[in-house]
This record gives sequence, C-alpha cells and structure tokens, in this order.
Amino acid sequence: MTEKQELSTLLPSDRLETQFSDAKPPYTDLEAVIEANRCLNCYDAPCISACPTGIDIPIFIKKIASGNIRGSATTIFEANMLGSSTARVCPVEELCVGACVFNELNHKPIQIGFLQRYVTEKALEAEVRTGNRLFVPADVETGKKVALIGAGPASLACAAYLALEGVSPVIYEKDELPGGLNTTAVAPYKFQTDDCMKEVEWILQHGVRLHTGVKIGKDVEFRQLVQEYDAVFIGIGFGKDGRLKLPGSDGSGVWGALELIREIKNNPNFSLPVNLNSVLVIGGGNTAIDVARELAMLGIPNVNIVYRRTRSEMPGYQHELEGASKYGVRMMENVVPISIVRDGGVIRSLKVKSNQSGEVFELSCDWVVEAIGQESHAIAVSPDIAVDEMGRVIVDSGTYMTTHPNVYAGGDCINGGKEVVNAAADGREAAFAMLRSWGIKSRFIKDDGKI
Amino acid sequence: MADLSINMCGIKSPNPFWLASGPPSNCGEQVMRAFEMGWGGAVWKTLGKPIVNVDSRLGAVDYSGTKMMGFNNIELITDRPLDANFKEIYEVKRRYPDRAVVVSLMAESKEEWREIVQRSEDAGADGLELNFGCPHGMCERGMGSSVGQEPVVLEKITSWVMEYAQTPVLVKLTPNVTDILDPGVAAVRGGGNGISLINTVKSLIGVDLDTLFIKPTVGAESTSGGYCGPAVKPIALNMVATLARDPRITVPISGIGGISNWQDSVEYFALGATSVQVCTAVMHYGYRIVEDMIDGLNNYLDEMGMKSVNDLIGKAIPGFVEWGELDLNYDIVAKIDASKCIGCGLCYISCLDGAHQCVHTNKGQCYAYHGEPDHGFNPRIEVSAPIRHQPKNGDLAHVPFIDEKECVGCNLCMLVCPVPDCITMEEISHSKGKESWNDRVARGLV
Repeated sequence: MTEKQELSTLLPSDRLETQFSDAKPPYTDLEAVIEANRCLNCYDAPCISACPTGIDIPIFIKKIASGNIRGSATTIFEANMLGSSTARVCPVEELCVGACVFNELNHKPIQIGFLQRYVTEKALEAEVRTGNRLFVPADVETGKKVALIGAGPASLACAAYLALEGVSPVIYEKDELPGGLNTTAVAPYKFQTDDCMKEVEWILQHGVRLHTGVKIGKDVEFRQLVQEYDAVFIGIGFGKDGRLKLPGSDGSGVWGALELIREIKNNPNFSLPVNLNSVLVIGGGNTAIDVARELAMLGIPNVNIVYRRTRSEMPGYQHELEGASKYGVRMMENVVPISIVRDGGVIRSLKVKSNQSGEVFELSCDWVVEAIGQESHAIAVSPDIAVDEMGRVIVDSGTYMTTHPNVYAGGDCINGGKEVVNAAADGREAAFAMLRSWGIKSRFIKDDGKI
Repeated sequence: MADLSINMCGIKSPNPFWLASGPPSNCGEQVMRAFEMGWGGAVWKTLGKPIVNVDSRLGAVDYSGTKMMGFNNIELITDRPLDANFKEIYEVKRRYPDRAVVVSLMAESKEEWREIVQRSEDAGADGLELNFGCPHGMCERGMGSSVGQEPVVLEKITSWVMEYAQTPVLVKLTPNVTDILDPGVAAVRGGGNGISLINTVKSLIGVDLDTLFIKPTVGAESTSGGYCGPAVKPIALNMVATLARDPRITVPISGIGGISNWQDSVEYFALGATSVQVCTAVMHYGYRIVEDMIDGLNNYLDEMGMKSVNDLIGKAIPGFVEWGELDLNYDIVAKIDASKCIGCGLCYISCLDGAHQCVHTNKGQCYAYHGEPDHGFNPRIEVSAPIRHQPKNGDLAHVPFIDEKECVGCNLCMLVCPVPDCITMEEISHSKGKESWNDRVARGLV
C-alpha cells in the first residue's frame, strides 16, 4: 500500500496521448469577456436545469464579465468540485449548451464549456500564485472518517465535500494512477492525464488521503473498511470492456475499446504497429466514436465503425460522430459481426451480416476494436451490496445509501455508465447525505436546504 | 434622391452633417480629409489664446463589451498657433468652397473677441460658433461653461460679437444648467443667429480599481471632464426639443450629442435640429462613417416620401408635451407571442422584481396577490394560466404569461425581451375619451 500526494511524478512521459492537440483550445481573456457578455443572464435558466450538478451558470458567466474570476470559479466548484475536468469532458452540446435559449433563436449558443475552462484554470493559477485558497477546510475535529473505494470522479467529488467540513476521507485505488475514466478513458484531444493529475492533486490538497495500488477484497477486506470507518463510499465505476467473443477472437489484433484507449493514454511503451492500415470498431456508443477518432487522428488511414442499428438509433452523440467524420471515420449501419477471419493467425477481415438483406460479407481489416459497453464488477465488492439486473449498485435516490447501512455509492457503478458530471453530482449528494446523518452542516447548503 | 442640403441661418452646406468642434477638426489636413469623405461642414477646433494641454486627456465607459458607450475629455481648446489655424482655414475654404467652415471661438475681453472674430472672417469662415460650453479648464479662467451658465454674461458677450461679426453666429450652449431655456433665450436676446447644443456634460469618468486613481489620470491626479458619446444622446435630445418647441427660440438649432449614424440624426431633425454635429463617433471610427449617414438619411427620406431634410425638421415636436397633458385614459397591455418566446425568463423576473408583478410562469412561486392595491404583502395565490399555443421550444412551463387585468402597460417586459416582436404592447379600446391630469385639475377633480 502506497500513499501518494505528488502525482505528477507518477505520470510517465512519451505517452501516445501527448501527440494529440487540444480540440478546444482555451479562451484568451478577451474571448472570455466577449463571450460572457453575450449571455442573456436568463432567469431560472434552462442551462442550469440541464446541468446534472446544477451549476448556477448565468451567475458564473456574469462574474467573468465583471472580472470576478475568483467568485466565478467558486460558484462553479461549490456545485461541482470537478469543474476543471467537466469543463472539458462534458458533452455540453447535449447538456448546458444544448439548452441555451440562443438555440431557439438560431444564434450560436453561449460556449459554457469554454468559459468554465477559462475561469477554473485562471482561478486555480491564481490560487497557486497567491496561496489564497478558494476553499479552506473547516478548522474542526469531527472525528469522522470515510473510506472511498475507487479514485474516479464520484469518489473525488465526495471526498472533497467531506474534507472541507472536517471529515477525514481516505481513497483506495486499485491502479497506480488515480482519476478513474478521466485518467484512462477520456479522449486525449479533450483532456489529458497530466491535467487530470493536477485536478486530483487539487482535490487532495483539501485534506483527502489517497492510497493507490490497493485492491479491495485482496489487499484490504471490504468488511474491514466498514468496521474501521464511519462510512464507506463505493465509486468503482463500471467494469472492463464487454467482449463479443466472436469466433476467431483468440490471437492478436482484437481489442476492447477501453483497453486500447488506456494504452494510448497511459502506457509510455505502447505504439501502433507501423503497418497498421485498417481498423474496424464495433459499436454505436461514444466510446466507439472516441476510439475510432483517436486512431484516425494517430494516422491510421482506414478507421470505420460498424453498428448493428442505424445512425439515428445509436447511443453515441451525433456531434461526436460528426467530429470523428472530419478525420475520415465512417460508419456502416445495420451490420452484425459474425466472426473474425484470420490468415495464418493474422486478421484478414471481419465477417458481418447485413441486418436488412441478410447478406453475409467480409470487411477487410487489420484490427478489430470492440466498444460494446462494460461489464459490471460491483458484485465483487461485497455480497452484502445489492445490485440490479444490470449489475448496478442499488442506492436510495435521495441519500445514495446502498442496501448496506453507512455504505454509499455513486457514479458509473450506480448508473451503468453516464458522464463525469453525473458522477460528480452523485459524489456530492452522497457527501451531503453523510454530513446530514452526522449533524454536520455543509457550507454549501443554505438554510432552505438548497445549494 | 432627397435634397440633403441645408441653410442654417445663412450657413449653407450640401448635407447636414458637420464635424463638431474637437480633435477631428483640429487642423486643415484633417478637415480636408473629412470633406473628401463627404462631410458637409466642419466646426473648427476652438481658437483662442494659446493654452497647454495635459497627458492623458481622454476616458471612456465601456458597457457589456461595447467600447466607448460614454466618453470624456479634459482637453482644452487648440494648442496650435492661431496663425497656422487661420492659414489652414483659408486653404480649406479655397479648396472646398461648397462646404461650411464654421470657426469655434473662445475669448475673454471685448477687444479679444473683436480681434478673433475679424481674423476668422478674414480667413474665410462661413460662420462663427461661440464656445460657451467647455466644463473643464477654460471655465476656471472665466470662459467656456462659466459663460454658458450665466445668461446675463452670455447675452452680453453674444451682443459684443454681433457688433463685429459679418457672418452668421451660432451660440454653443453647455448642458450643465438647471433649465436650458435660460441660456437659450439669452443667446437669442443677445442677437445670435443660431444655437448649437449640447457641449459636454460635466463628469468624472471613473476610478482605476487597481490604483484608485481617477481617470483619465495625469500622474496620480485627475479633474472633472466633459462627457459625450452615445450615452449623452437622450440628454441632448431633451434639450434640443425643449428649445425647439419654445416660441422664444426663433433661431435654427444645430444638434450635438451622441450622434453616431443617420438614425440618430433623424431623431435630432425630428426634434427640431437643422444641422447635426459629430465628434465622438468620428474619434472612434474615423471620417468614413459619414458615407452611411448620407446614404441612410437619403434612403429614409425617400421611404418617408420626404423631398428634403427640411421636411423632417421639427416633425416630432407637436407630440412633445408636458406630463400634465398626457392622456390618462390611454391603456395598453403587454402581449407575449408564445411561438416566438425562447424562455429566457427576463420578462418574468424584471416584472416581478422591477415592476408590477404581472408576468407569471407555470413553474415556481407566484409572489403576487392581485385584487388588492397593496399586492405583495398579502398571501400568495396562483394566477391560472391561459391556454396558449405550443411555443417554439416545446416547453410550456418556460413561456410566461401576462395578467392583463393587472398589467400597467409600462413597457419593461418588452424592453428586456431579447426576441424582436415577441412582446408587444397592445392598445385596449376604451370609450372614455382623452382626459389629462390638467383636464382633471380644470374640472376640479383633484
């Protein structure tokens, strides 16, 4: 068991992800002020309702317009401690930006993600420069300790809100790098691991302890955590890539999407074979689109997505598919994979069947990447934690408490895989529920119970 | 094509757009470039005894990303030798005989006024403008606004000038007075051939938040300046119209203050100005803005069926009355076009917090109790929503509705609405006929 505070030293250089440039580079001061001044400052604004963490978006934008950078960032972090990463990884087109009233006028909607990135980065730079922290932990000894399993967005958010009120959160992470999917899976043209480590370090600064390389059930028993701590938070995400196990899968060249993305993002020894020419990605979700775009951006000439239904039915976002198509990624609809065809052990093609004509044909390729969702691993934590038929941990919708007393859960392990911002909201609500149960008042909750 | 030429108390120009006295009319080279762009006339930067200027001199108010909504200066009159100015005036007039060159003047003694009036006219000025307006620097020396604020002195000095002047004389007024009619009437009484207004409004443009120095700074100090630019237009329009409707003001008016485009100028003409003068907009964008001013005014006059700019002068004045003459029986209410509403909620919150609590939504609390005159202190009740068309965003809860019974017709919701024609104010028919406050007083009802 190792305790980590200096995370940047853990991060290997020469990662393939560093070859990606920022798809949405940061705003300058002038760009931010011009954009902030465009905001109508709606009352009961639809962008707020569209945000899972309910950030008071018009307020933080008006504070940018008035030059109140610290106040603006505080407004964001009060609602969402992962305001730095969510500014960049949120599908804003589907959330706040998609709800902007300017869409109704056929005006360009306010670029909320850009503004949030601008102001959180600027405020955190100022924090480092001046030493004047945005949030100072309460100087009280509550004596309460919380163990959090998994160092992803849900646990990080939960731990931050707890630490600020004098509770001692301790995060246990099975991997060497914390951050969860922000570290291992987020598309590198949106957000890279070094920025993710900065965010985790910022959260830890508020009095959160982190143990990496600790597997619950192997290095530490779940029962032990329940006994030693006043509460336990499960933020373990969803599990490994689900696999099709097609005939011909055995052998090289068949990847799970998350597995491959993680190699690109975190493994300094990973590189793509020089003769890799053609990749087929199976799936219709955002992970399928992400991995296809990443491979195309890394120079693979033919990267295509095969999906069993149609474009209008796919769970992946249309704006993401359009983004990938700019790098040459195309999608074939209505085809079901049957088997992987190999020539002397080397992949020759993917045999598929048309959903419409029933015709069976081969699509030549060098690699097959499967992006068909994740398997649940929640059940492995403890048999005392009830899960639903999809393997999702069952929680009370108000308190995020599981069927086990004093054990809470949030993030992908309860929703089966949503956005980082959903996990941040879950972690916050679970923290507030724990604090309420101990009679501790969060500074972010007003007397009327609202944030 | 309408006829844009004007004759302002004998000063003729091919169009009504003149440079106001200020930095854009500081020297001959500038004025010639302006005339080349199409300006109809120029009022030369004020001439007088040599002065010394300070650094810095200008300050601005930016508003919501718009630069220079308001502008101020602590610059004084010309800091160039009089001889050079007169030589250039002569040269400009020689090259552009059809344009109006008016020379702004500021002097102290009667003898000084005589000399500077005669030298200006010798140089070829088409007219003179007496600067009784500057609210900074020169007023401390008994000139500028210190003259404009004393009707007796203003009338006296105007009459001195009239003794010597062979060309038409405009008296330029300061807005820094209680009633603009006092200096206006004095200018006419003194014999002035025309009135130009407004000069700048005495102002303090702001404070630097880092240093707490007042802007514009001269070292660590500053002083009151003169405010101008788009922000002052409503102040100037009121003063122009106040003079234009008064029967004692028998001379033409040259309108000044916040004019940036042809639309602004139309308002000035409609409120009684014969020519308009522009400074800040030129300082912001250059002389080129006159092209749209001429073009836009021409198209407007054509669309309105007016043959010349003279047809427009004073057209809005009959509607400018005292409050006591307004019709108390005239009723309008706000209407929201649900098909246009984008759901920003600004009409709701502005009426709730800033007006009369007559706009409601289907979500959230309704704070207003209606039916009692002191609504707001009574228990809250819901106002039932009328049946409405499906709005554009499909979310009925986002479209506010008006309690027409309580709506006071104030315009606020329409003014804050970002969507054109989404909120309109519609007249309610009434059979009571017009009745003003003055009517009620006359009938002994109040």
